[in-house]
Amino acid sequence: MENFDIRKQGPNLIVWALLLTLPLWINYVSYTQLGTQIVAMALGAMALNFLLGYTGVLSFGHAAYFGLGAYGAGMTIRYLMPSTGAGIIVGTLAGMLAAMLIGPLIVRLRGVYFAMVTIAFGQVFYFIAFRWNGVTGGDDGLTNWKRMPIDLGFTTLHIESQATTFYYFVLAVFAISVGIMAFLLRSPFGRTLIAIRENERRTRFLGINVNRHIWISWVISCTFMALAGSLNALLNNFVDPRAFFWRQSGVFVIMCVMGGMRSFWGPLVGAAIFIWLQDELSSMTANWQSFVGLVFVVVVLFFPRGVLGILRRKATE
Amino acid sequence: MSQLILLAVVNGLIVGAFYALMAIGLSLIMSLSDVINFAHGGFLAVGAYLAYSMTPYVGFWGGLLIAPVLTAGLGLLVEKVLISRVYGRDPLYSLLLTFGLAFIFEDVTRYIWGAQGLPYQVPGWLMSPLSLSLFFLTGYRVFMMALIMVVVGALFWLMTRTRLGLRIRAGTLDLETVSILGVNVRVLRNLNFGIGIYLAGLAGVLAAGQLGLQPTIGDSLIMPSFIAIIIGGLGSLTGTLLGGLMIGVASGLATVFVPSASEAVMYVMMAVVLLVRPQGLLGEEGRF
Repeated sequence: MENFDIRKQGPNLIVWALLLTLPLWINYVSYTQLGTQIVAMALGAMALNFLLGYTGVLSFGHAAYFGLGAYGAGMTIRYLMPSTGAGIIVGTLAGMLAAMLIGPLIVRLRGVYFAMVTIAFGQVFYFIAFRWNGVTGGDDGLTNWKRMPIDLGFTTLHIESQATTFYYFVLAVFAISVGIMAFLLRSPFGRTLIAIRENERRTRFLGINVNRHIWISWVISCTFMALAGSLNALLNNFVDPRAFFWRQSGVFVIMCVMGGMRSFWGPLVGAAIFIWLQDELSSMTANWQSFVGLVFVVVVLFFPRGVLGILRRKATE
Repeated sequence: MSQLILLAVVNGLIVGAFYALMAIGLSLIMSLSDVINFAHGGFLAVGAYLAYSMTPYVGFWGGLLIAPVLTAGLGLLVEKVLISRVYGRDPLYSLLLTFGLAFIFEDVTRYIWGAQGLPYQVPGWLMSPLSLSLFFLTGYRVFMMALIMVVVGALFWLMTRTRLGLRIRAGTLDLETVSILGVNVRVLRNLNFGIGIYLAGLAGVLAAGQLGLQPTIGDSLIMPSFIAIIIGGLGSLTGTLLGGLMIGVASGLATVFVPSASEAVMYVMMAVVLLVRPQGLLGEEGRF
């Protein structure tokens, strides 16, 4: 704590204070489950931003890993063993394994081409979930399973019945994951990723294996995305093929951009705004999809830096 | 059995021709403007529904003629007002913009024409089979294939024999030089976008006759179009055409033998191409 700088730590303190006290005030604006969803989706958006904002690689297919985490968790609990922990672990590992296998096929590509190939690969999983009726439930989704209480030995977490307990469970997973990502970004490895974003050719000339770094960053990003997917599935006690659909990938990207891709907490802010907005809109109008589309257009044309980008610019002026 | 395989191949070629028509438009826009047009499927649906709405007044042939042109007009407008504003910025923004447009297009078509599928009337004489032994070969299917061939032929002529086509192809390679040589790049990109959307609109009208009308009609066609581009090689129109037909036939054959793999087979082909020849079958090395 010797270099404690309130200006630097201020945002972190605000974010954690808000997240830790969320169950106390959320009922004035919304409900606890929505808060849980925001934290789970924010983990996904921050995982994507590890690649998008900090490595500068344009992935549009992250829904695939979100969905793998979700189906991994659901299918483990339904078919293998009724344990929440096992579900999360299997779901996350499934996403990681798929990312490791697909990575070598795509790390050579760049820009829009990378985006197009990632999105196409993402669709493979959509069709598997859609077609493999007997196991995945097909179009109707995977049902007949639910999250289980977690036995810690000295106490049991009743995440299946207490919304607040589940919220804090998700928040704890979120905190550990975000901590790991922040640690990685501050390490020499993370600095190399930022160097790749800023000037790939120069980084290459320094003797750094750019493709391998992108591959590792891709796997890390997809792994945390899968973790987010499994948390979201546990929240709903349900998952359907739409978790894999390419539109879901776009939603994660807009969360990053809306909050601010160049800020660590940007995707969290973006996820909070997007999910709250979608929740409000879908209860007000049947045409909420148009408004969501409009949000995309307005953000791109008028707020490309995102909320935190704008705030930061104001602060430095 | 041979009849069954022939049926699968013909079906595959027809679906593949749709993929190709869409993929060529996407590829034109992508190579000149660096924009993945996610709204392409939306434009396709608009073309199809416009044709449906005008058929009572101008007939099937009028719809086929006018609807794609109107769709292209809408495309010119959207490019001018919205998409042209994100040129030169990180490609991320153009992706998100067209992504948002795709949402809006789908929702608006659903709002105007309803979420239920609508029947699309094709002249009766076109729907009858040409011969009894080849029962699946209706006049409409033959006509569709012929029309798509003519349109693609005309596009190749445009690209290789006219000044506009020459400039578009030159712009794909080096837009800055083309601009310095005195070509109005804004207009060039606008027209190029319009051509791409025309093809989407035409694919929409033809697909409506074959598959029926639904607001999500473009959704099922856009992913295979991406795959067609990846397999054929970005920047090569011949490659894209070939890619479209190949995955069409492959998934047609898969439908006969392993129905559940009819989509998966396309992705397997894509993975193999990326592994062996990342630039695509006819793509140039080092462009991406």
